[in-house]
Amino acid sequence: MVTVENRIPALPAEEHERRQRRAASPVPALWDLLDEVKDPEIPVISLWELGVLQDIEQRGEAVVVTITPTYSGCPAMTVMAEDIVAALQVVGHKQVVVETRLSPAWSTSWMTAAAQDKLRAWGIAPPACGSTGVAVVSCPRCGSPDVRQLSEFGSTACKALYQCNSCAEPFDHFKPI
Amino acid sequence: MNAANRHEAVLQYAVRLGDDALVLGHRLSEWCSNAPFLEEDLALTNVALDYIGRARMFYSYAAELSGDGRSEDSFAYLRDCREFTNLLLHELPRGDFAFTMARQYLVDEYALAFMEALLESADPQLAGIAAKAVKESRYHLRRSRDWMLRLGDGTEESHRRLQSAIDDLWGYTHELFELDELEQELVAAGIAVDSAALRPAWDAAVRATLDEATIAVPAGDWSVRGGRQGIHTESLGHLLSELQFMQRAYPGLEW
Repeated sequence: MVTVENRIPALPAEEHERRQRRAASPVPALWDLLDEVKDPEIPVISLWELGVLQDIEQRGEAVVVTITPTYSGCPAMTVMAEDIVAALQVVGHKQVVVETRLSPAWSTSWMTAAAQDKLRAWGIAPPACGSTGVAVVSCPRCGSPDVRQLSEFGSTACKALYQCNSCAEPFDHFKPI
Repeated sequence: MNAANRHEAVLQYAVRLGDDALVLGHRLSEWCSNAPFLEEDLALTNVALDYIGRARMFYSYAAELSGDGRSEDSFAYLRDCREFTNLLLHELPRGDFAFTMARQYLVDEYALAFMEALLESADPQLAGIAAKAVKESRYHLRRSRDWMLRLGDGTEESHRRLQSAIDDLWGYTHELFELDELEQELVAAGIAVDSAALRPAWDAAVRATLDEATIAVPAGDWSVRGGRQGIHTESLGHLLSELQFMQRAYPGLEW
């Protein structure tokens, strides 16, 4: 059986680069600060864990934060940008610029195993690791893999609606894209 | 094409693609609270959001290229019918649920292939927008194709409605695969998608789906065109009057 511990972490190149950018950043405190900014719809995972937060730079007086949108029309993106500005202003950064970068296109395959566990604990079936094309969905409540899709769309663009055939729990599945 | 002409051509191309996305997104959004059941209400409005998001990206790029202070809102709210350059298929009224899903299916087959081709564009911003859109079109198509089979091979009533929708839509599909001079020049420059080249694969996929859905392929003896030249059906004006009302009544209004 393949568990999270013994799975070879096949990290997409762009996600590797994103983690390198953070590791090599001259402003690590700002990254740590923005770890407190969560997804407005899923308040258990941060913008970093979600893969939205791409870069933070200090340019003179200004802090420039680069994010990548999840879905083209996701209304939460505006809230995320506002939350980033608010979090930085509260600690005295008066000039904050949030820039949007489209490429590389956001992918759920950037999400860490820890973030997936948080989603599951919150009641959302996480996206399968990597883009294998086959979604392995199991019930976040009882763990049963015997589930069925009720609708391609759930409460937000990033989720599909499922129901567990074992315990009858309806739940959201974070779609792998 | 010299550099200045190309700049203007890319701007116009971005506006065209933005118009397609905005007008279809608006049509889909009209189902909000009107869909046959809750899951479909969520699905249609989520697809609408994807399209409106696409429109924002294309318009923002056009605004950036214009360099004259125009914003995404200028393109969406402050142009009249004749300045809109969307393909006509996108503006037709939403009709019944079968009509909406049939149109969506025909568009999804096209949009997926189109965005896959736009990924190769020599213009990095257009390619970047395509990279977002292509992932969304994949699941749009999965869903709309399912509905084609379910409605076509469903009850007598659903079959009749879907057949009638396909018959009414068919003549508007030819325009998807036609390029005017502007697009031909951009294709030659490696920027635009050669949509004419997408037709054989689109035709084969659509015919296979219609066949499986027990829907007859229409004779194809009529066609309507003109969207890219700003010549529209009477429906677009009504759509814009609703979409643009707030900005026309209260210019510069912000939420």
